[in-house]
Amino acid sequence: MNYQFEFGWLFEYYPQIVKGIGITIQLIAVGALAGISLGIVCAWVRALGPAWLKPVVAAYVELIRNTPFLIQLFFIFFGLPSLGLQLSELQAANLAMIVNLGAYSSEIIRAGIQATPKGQFEAGASLAMTPFETFRHVVLVPSLQRIWPALSSQVVIVMLGSAVVSQIAAEDLTFAANFIQSRTFRAFEAYFISTAVYLILAILLRQVLGMVGWFIFPRRAAR
Amino acid sequence: MIEFTIWDILRNLLLATRWTIVLSLVSFIGGGLVGLALLFSRLSRRKWMRALAKYYIELFQGTPLLMQLFIAFFGLGLFGIDVPAWLAAGLALILWSAAFLGEIWRGCVEAIAKGQWEASASLGMGRLQQMRYVILPQAMRIAVPPTVGFSVQVIKGTALTSIIGFVELSKAGTVVTNATFQPFTVYGLVALIYFALCWPLSKSSQILERKLNVAHRNH
Repeated sequence: MNYQFEFGWLFEYYPQIVKGIGITIQLIAVGALAGISLGIVCAWVRALGPAWLKPVVAAYVELIRNTPFLIQLFFIFFGLPSLGLQLSELQAANLAMIVNLGAYSSEIIRAGIQATPKGQFEAGASLAMTPFETFRHVVLVPSLQRIWPALSSQVVIVMLGSAVVSQIAAEDLTFAANFIQSRTFRAFEAYFISTAVYLILAILLRQVLGMVGWFIFPRRAAR
Repeated sequence: MIEFTIWDILRNLLLATRWTIVLSLVSFIGGGLVGLALLFSRLSRRKWMRALAKYYIELFQGTPLLMQLFIAFFGLGLFGIDVPAWLAAGLALILWSAAFLGEIWRGCVEAIAKGQWEASASLGMGRLQQMRYVILPQAMRIAVPPTVGFSVQVIKGTALTSIIGFVELSKAGTVVTNATFQPFTVYGLVALIYFALCWPLSKSSQILERKLNVAHRNH
């Protein structure tokens, strides 16, 4: 192997990489917030919601969970304009991530809701709360707390999956790597650096989600 | 201009689906073998072997599959080999699946009660004999549903190989779109074909989980 590794391009192209990292972070921040919210709504429908809505949500969840993210993205970006819905690259990427995470997280959150002891619902009802109030004030937060580790892993998976949005020319980290390799012909080095950045981002994201969990869930004093 | 019927589109997509299926099978079987090696390494008594497997899994689960594909595609080229897309695709998917399968199976082995290890050790069994005769037969039972579930991830993972130029279902979707200018229909059909491949696996994973759980409760 007589290949000379060359990382000198970093000095010239690091702004592209920084910008790419920013977009990747923005995508996952919006995706996680809106996606988990959508997941909560869908989980509520499937666990406790009106009967007529259940099959609709079930079909959505199954359809998303059994098709590749890349195809969902292409369908939204290239397919929806024929229905009159024209989205920019970033909007399409955001929408695809929200729809994707919404389906996965709803299954995870539903498991958390179903693990709630029956007595909690009964206690809520005995306090004259409506089923929705019981869900909102009694069931939701402990359910989320129960499945927070699984939900965090799913958010990391979606963040890593977001590398694909470069294919519709959303200018994320992978887009930056593609751009650099097409300018410098240093493909291996460019992808090596961006892979390392993704690894760091994944580790950081896991830490951040752990901290979020620490703040939003009530902590009981050790007895 | 040539007019394309739905059947023309569907026929071409189905022809390309063959390669999605072949690549999924190769990745799943190859990934299973490497994953088994990882599992043994993860359960080894040597510290460096455990650490090696742990970091391997961390690395492959912490980076995007797309990047792994790019690195396989361009990295192998550094050795002066002319890398065809199928080689890079197969290699990256095998290594990626191995990391996930190794970790899934480790969880299954760890779910086996500690008393089983101790009982088999007290019968004078060696490490490999313990695994072969006592632990793995029980762990395999727990491992079936998540393993079947992961095969869905493998099929969906093969969609990414279209980006490095391997012609399978997703790539065919792009090619057909460029010829017909009907992205809505084409990507809709592509999604339905993936769904037809993945959904039976997802469903059977769920059913198996329920069945094996019921068996567990009746002990």
